[in-house]
Amino acid sequence: MDLITVTDKGLYCPAGDFHVDPWRPVPRAVITHAHADHARTGSKHYWCSKPGLNLTRARVGLGGGITAVAYGQRFTLGDAQVSLHPAGHVLGSAQVRIEAHGQVWVVSGDYKRDPDPTCAPFEPVPCDVFITEATFGLPVYRWQPPEEIAREIFDWWQECKAKGECAVLCAYSLGKAQRILAELMRFTDEMVYLHGAMTQLVKAYRQEGVAMLPTDAIGNQPKFFDWKGRLVLAPPGAAGTPWIKRFKPASVGFASGWMRVRGSRRRQSWDRGFALSDHADWDGLLKSIEQTGAKRVLATHGNTDALIELLRSRGIDASELNTEFEGEHGANRPLDAAEEASA
Amino acid sequence: MRRFAQLYAALDDTRATLVKLAAMHRYFATTPPEDAAWGLFFLLGNRLKRVIPSSRLRTWLGEATALPDRVIEESYAHVGDLGETIALLFDRDDRHEPAEDLPLHVCVERLQALQNSDETAQREFVTQQWRELPFLECLLFNKLLTGSLRVGVSAGLAARALAEHAGIDTPLMQARLMGDWKPGVENFATLLARDASSRPVSQPYPFCLASPLEDAPASLGDPADFLVEWKWDGIRGQLIRREGQTFLWSRGEELLDGRFPEIEAAAASLPDGTVLDGEVLAWNAQGVMPFAVLQKRIGRKTLGKKVLADAPVVFRAYDLIEWQGEDWRTRPLSERRDQLERLLAGADPAAALQLSDVVRAADWSDLALLRETARERGVEGLMLKRLDTAYLAGRKRGSWWKWKVGALTVDTVLLYAQSGHGRRSNLYTDYTLAVRDGEALVPVAKAYSGLTDEELNQMDRWIRAHTLEKFGPVRSVEALQVFEIAFEGIQASSRHKAGVALRFPRIARWRRDKAVADIDTLDDLKKLLPSP
Repeated sequence: MDLITVTDKGLYCPAGDFHVDPWRPVPRAVITHAHADHARTGSKHYWCSKPGLNLTRARVGLGGGITAVAYGQRFTLGDAQVSLHPAGHVLGSAQVRIEAHGQVWVVSGDYKRDPDPTCAPFEPVPCDVFITEATFGLPVYRWQPPEEIAREIFDWWQECKAKGECAVLCAYSLGKAQRILAELMRFTDEMVYLHGAMTQLVKAYRQEGVAMLPTDAIGNQPKFFDWKGRLVLAPPGAAGTPWIKRFKPASVGFASGWMRVRGSRRRQSWDRGFALSDHADWDGLLKSIEQTGAKRVLATHGNTDALIELLRSRGIDASELNTEFEGEHGANRPLDAAEEASA
Repeated sequence: MRRFAQLYAALDDTRATLVKLAAMHRYFATTPPEDAAWGLFFLLGNRLKRVIPSSRLRTWLGEATALPDRVIEESYAHVGDLGETIALLFDRDDRHEPAEDLPLHVCVERLQALQNSDETAQREFVTQQWRELPFLECLLFNKLLTGSLRVGVSAGLAARALAEHAGIDTPLMQARLMGDWKPGVENFATLLARDASSRPVSQPYPFCLASPLEDAPASLGDPADFLVEWKWDGIRGQLIRREGQTFLWSRGEELLDGRFPEIEAAAASLPDGTVLDGEVLAWNAQGVMPFAVLQKRIGRKTLGKKVLADAPVVFRAYDLIEWQGEDWRTRPLSERRDQLERLLAGADPAAALQLSDVVRAADWSDLALLRETARERGVEGLMLKRLDTAYLAGRKRGSWWKWKVGALTVDTVLLYAQSGHGRRSNLYTDYTLAVRDGEALVPVAKAYSGLTDEELNQMDRWIRAHTLEKFGPVRSVEALQVFEIAFEGIQASSRHKAGVALRFPRIARWRRDKAVADIDTLDDLKKLLPSP
């Protein structure tokens, strides 16, 4: 019997009578992480990881009860033993391990394998069935070491400074922005300026003890503030809006795994692209799947076709699980500024 | 190759002309001439002949990466560029990069030599480069290999950069670059020479190009200041008679020798030191014939009697840019036209060398009425050329205008979408569009452009959400989205399922106000066919 099925409300565990990251309100929701497509409002009760509590609460509101569980701590829902394990995606992100009827299933949520100073590293959890994301499930996606990308970002900032431009770096408000602020500590202790959508999230990370560059809100600066040579972080949706004009002359960059492919960068007319992602690259997906020892793999969102094909060629029972998760924005869809601003 | 790769990346990275110029200056200043000559060759938009078919590259790619075919296909469909896909697949941490740079001219020589090698040797060389070359150089190598290198500058800008590097005027450099310029150390040095060296007898002049007229013609002032001609729908050509020889160049700077013997024969009567600008047209006793007729002659070197009889061609001259061996480009059009008329005055109207007639009208509104007759006359509209201007190189706004008739339009529905290439990779931008034929929908056109980036993004999401079936990179979608497409002409075609072929179809508007029931029918389209 399958421990996880897909219903119109999301991933459902019949043995424990709960959902994982449901996209519609349910009685019991286990949340992998606080991104908008995974943590939605309206459910009665939520479970999330301890480090993810503040972020999840900010996302789902105060309407439902929330139980925060330490990584690795087992709890019982119905006939299922459940535990949360670090996924390395963003602060508090978790894989959900479910044990029932003599089987172990793991729902990965979103995850990555590269080191990230802002969150606990991915922990391989042995299982029979692994439900994996596949956002970058193509062999053309291989990440450079994050410290190299951080060096590129810093060098670009310094080039902008030399040219008398403002460096505006677009990045996801939750996770990517904080990771950049932490990675850049290798090179500087200079102030970085934040879009309003990020200030609360950066504060939440600081409360969890994550060390980052000093920051201040853009809105706190005087009217004729000189933006030359400054680094500004903004959600991708801010690009191309009138809001961004205040930084002129500016170079506008985007930090996203999609920037690995030239077409994505050129189409969106970014001045610079930095291939920095909070998702696993091709090698990371394959390594993680191998480490779980799973004989059966279900791929949920992203470029699932190629991943499934490769796993099958290795004798693994792989198939697709259709969900409403979105992976990393920025490949094709224009970023919804309103949605980002609420992040 | 490293320097050229850096140049390629720098040109790709910016849209600022000055930054591009600076990158090219740096390249020319720091690159040895044997490499810079090839660099220039590519900057001018030239390509190598494709050495190896891409299907073979894909096979080798599968073998070299040990990835299933399907995975490689998905990757290619996602990236939208085979050269980049390969470079990405081999961009691994464990690669051993060679210490020595492979010079560009050596790379080109080896690629050209590959044509005569057997497949094993080809594969050996190519896959070794894949494994060793750093990402950008690998990307470049693949683009050279597949003959698909495109650099982010116009030939004009490349000529300007080289002219500035050499310290000579840009028009002089453009003139030196005309024709079939061959990369090599000597030729490169000749380009850079400060003195006006002798030019090859076949060398053409850069063509003067017209800008589309977007405003009302009255904005141009007095129509008496203009020479008005029909805008012919043929092949723009430059006919050169020097030292007893004839050369016919196309606007794409391709020598058309041997293709149009009638024209070459007629040109033999021109005095030496004469260069005419004009149009190659299919032409019979009734006048101009459709472009489709001329197409039968294009690309054909052996001409049977039947083709010559079915598709006779003429050169209709409209400008004189060299006369008695002297460059006449700086003289006003009125003077050039007078001399051209004197030159061709006595010519036999049935000969293959004719004078392009002048359109005369009292004012702009009369001209507008004449322009409306363009389609039935088999022309594209009117040309408006300012009589007091020199013959300029390239498209300089203000002296020559093309005032075309409005395009034909038809409402169609989207049937299939395919992801694009380059900056449109991984985005469904290439549409197959259909009209109604009874109950059925029949594809009539493929269109790649006409929507804004914002609309393309919206449509991309819509396509992903309304896919019926996937066929590799192509998706069939629900027939719901209506697009008005514009096109320049229509002709009967047995090769197309619909029985008609459209010229230059592109999307004019996204008709969100229309439903599939409102689109045009195949009969509507066929009514637009020219009467046989």
